[in-house]
Amino acid sequence: MPTIKIDGKEMEVPAGITILQACEMAGIEVPRFCYHERLSIAGNCRMCLVEVKPGPPKPQASCALPVADKQEIFTNTPMVTKARNGVMEFLLINHPLDCPICDQGGECDLQDQAMAYGFDRSRYHENKRAVPDKELGPLVKTSMNRCIHCTRCIRFATEVAGVEQLGATGRGESMEVTTYVESALQTELAGNLVDLCPVGALTAKPYAFEARSWEMRKTESVDVFDALGANIRIDTRGGQVMRVLPRLNDDVNEEWIDDKSRHAIDGLRHQRLDRPYVRVKGKLAPATWDDAFAAIAAKLKPIDGKKVAAIVGDQCDAESMVAFKDLMAGLGSANIDCRQDGAKLDASSRGGYIFNAGVKGIDQADVILLVGTNPRVESPVLNARIRKRYLSGRCTIASVGPAADLTYPVERLGAGPATLRELADGKLGFAEKLKAAKNPLIIVGMGALTREDGAAVLALARSMAVVRDDWNGFAVLHTAASRVGALDLGLVPGEGGRDVAGILAGCGSKEIEVVYLLAADEIDTTKLGKAFVIYQGHHGDAGAHRADVILPGAAYTEKSGTYVNTEGRVQLGQRASYPPGDAREDWAILRALSERLEKPLPYDTIDQVRARLVAVNKVFAALDQQAPGAWGSFGTAGTTNDAPFVSTVANFYMTDPISRASKTMAECMASRSQLMAAE
Amino acid sequence: MAMITADPKDVPQVASFAFTPENLEKVKGFVANYPPGRQASAVISVLDLAQRQQGWLPRVAMNEVARILDMAPIRVYEIATFYTMFQLKPKGKYLLQVCTTTPCWLRGSDAIMKACQHAADGETFSVQEVECLGGCVNAPVVQINDDFYEDLDEASLKKVLDAFKRGETPKPGPQVDRQTSAPEGGALTLKGE
Repeated sequence: MPTIKIDGKEMEVPAGITILQACEMAGIEVPRFCYHERLSIAGNCRMCLVEVKPGPPKPQASCALPVADKQEIFTNTPMVTKARNGVMEFLLINHPLDCPICDQGGECDLQDQAMAYGFDRSRYHENKRAVPDKELGPLVKTSMNRCIHCTRCIRFATEVAGVEQLGATGRGESMEVTTYVESALQTELAGNLVDLCPVGALTAKPYAFEARSWEMRKTESVDVFDALGANIRIDTRGGQVMRVLPRLNDDVNEEWIDDKSRHAIDGLRHQRLDRPYVRVKGKLAPATWDDAFAAIAAKLKPIDGKKVAAIVGDQCDAESMVAFKDLMAGLGSANIDCRQDGAKLDASSRGGYIFNAGVKGIDQADVILLVGTNPRVESPVLNARIRKRYLSGRCTIASVGPAADLTYPVERLGAGPATLRELADGKLGFAEKLKAAKNPLIIVGMGALTREDGAAVLALARSMAVVRDDWNGFAVLHTAASRVGALDLGLVPGEGGRDVAGILAGCGSKEIEVVYLLAADEIDTTKLGKAFVIYQGHHGDAGAHRADVILPGAAYTEKSGTYVNTEGRVQLGQRASYPPGDAREDWAILRALSERLEKPLPYDTIDQVRARLVAVNKVFAALDQQAPGAWGSFGTAGTTNDAPFVSTVANFYMTDPISRASKTMAECMASRSQLMAAE
Repeated sequence: MAMITADPKDVPQVASFAFTPENLEKVKGFVANYPPGRQASAVISVLDLAQRQQGWLPRVAMNEVARILDMAPIRVYEIATFYTMFQLKPKGKYLLQVCTTTPCWLRGSDAIMKACQHAADGETFSVQEVECLGGCVNAPVVQINDDFYEDLDEASLKKVLDAFKRGETPKPGPQVDRQTSAPEGGALTLKGE
């Protein structure tokens, strides 16, 4: 390990790091624009200049210079100060002074660094250059006059997002960051370009001129639009969610989130259920909580619990789900299911339904087999992680399932279970690679499990998985944020209970008389027949349209809730705003309803509910921990049919009630289909 | 200051571009100069070949180069817009690249430029102002397609251009009595036996 001296302070640093990183370790701030930890090094902004001895008698770009033994680094000498002054003056030659009307104002690297390291005036009096703005799609607004050519966006698009569409054309003063062909970027991660831009050249289009960073309250939470559970920060102003930004978590989402997580939030303002409704003479009429509860009690009290069924939605928090389960148990119903899509997962063995290796495990995998999944639409950030692993050059990726452009090369072995069986029997060439691999990772998607033969596919996948003390290569990639939590809590049919298909069939045959939907909208509501439907949720989507009683609940930004992501990591989301109108937090609604049904639930505060969570399953005791689940037997060996695997996410931009209500997502969809049509 | 843009919007649309079989062979030769998997290194040679075939570089040609070399099209656009010798707009048959850097300017490149601009009709001749061509000893210099025409004045330039117009190729190099950059008027030293 080289020993270096930074500003006179001697320290030992790992070999191979750059001087900038060493300075960071020493707690010394080095200004920079182009350098970013997760992107390749460009070294073109020259802001990070420091003085290095031994070396040429001139300042050096610290971001691109590796440390060497006995190096002396100075970050506060007159030479460095003057160099930074000069670089900043150069950067500002063509940068407009439009901070008052720039959305980046207040959270702008250039603004901050100009204050801290800049010169107090400019000696350049020529006109500033004018650059035409570019079209980058419905999410990224451009103001190219402000661009300082750090090329972070180009590197992000090329390296992380895997879409080589952005580049720098021209040279010198004519250099421009552009797609050249003026088309929207075909990526699900476009929103991250805005975060990366150190100036206001790329800003969020849906958020344009909406708010200033200092006016907003920042709440740390968890994303629910896919099962990755990306860590997010929700910015609110006056009770309204203004924007969502990623939060750093190397084990989950690094510092990226996908466009749906970021920009579907305008859906939180539309189609909201803000008061209870009761269906009177075939029409939904506004009602009070009392009326709604009375209508439910009147219906539920006289009938046998066996005729009551419950379906849990895809974005529910664990608190409401445990209350829901306890309520159904109180009513004597075993007909409860969280698998709206009919996934053939069983809750008995945790290892059988979580992403055992963890998202971090992708970084160690040397062979990845995707089974019935298109991670690019099911979880774009996870897909970027696989791409990162691919770029390391130490991983081969193959797929059995839908053909798709995943931004990295994938050897497509086949389309359906037949290929999987051949692979398990060692009849395919790839089986050798799988066997030789040290850390093979098998990622099973919902496309493989939501089929008639899902249990058999699960058993096949299990038979191929390598499970050792230090590696569990069996991974289920969920699409629903609530699913793992629901399975952990056992929201599956009890003794003699019906699953979703059974419940819907029971509605048809009138064996089920009441169906309680907890924010469940992804079922075929026409099959609910003549059943009395109670819908508790936050959006007027499919479930609410069919409901006989609507209980307005809270969306994920409006309640403090626990979510378990696809890798089994328990994470806590905080409340950022309040539910609209009369809507309430979901567990509290269930608690109040239980009182009216004379089956009171034994908890009155959120802390008591959380204690109940831990009592049901002790995984809820440890927040933000990830470990492989207990490895038991799961799946059922059996015959499979020949139908090809199809991803369950047909349309990335609209997967749930919130994104379906979002105008921004509709625009993204239109833009994408336009591009598809043009190709 | 005028808006700058690397993408000329006012260029005519070209429907398609394909290399001729002979040129395709040449492309294979360029690619063979580099190790396998590094075919993208041949991009400048291949772009130049495309430009020689088409006369300029329409976007379809750049796309075709990207396809042949298995590169993202934007990477080709970046290169084609970076180098001024790639022509992104249609040019005349002969491109007059007039050097206007100091030595040529002192030797009268202003008049040369004016004459070239006068001759430029967009079909036979196009004109472009360039920085130092490296022929200062023979200033003023105009590069016409691949050749330098040196030691020009208005009269000799006119002669050269007229020859081109007639379809002839005038002799490149100094247009005065001089061998390359040797003194004018023939050999002065080392004449003896």
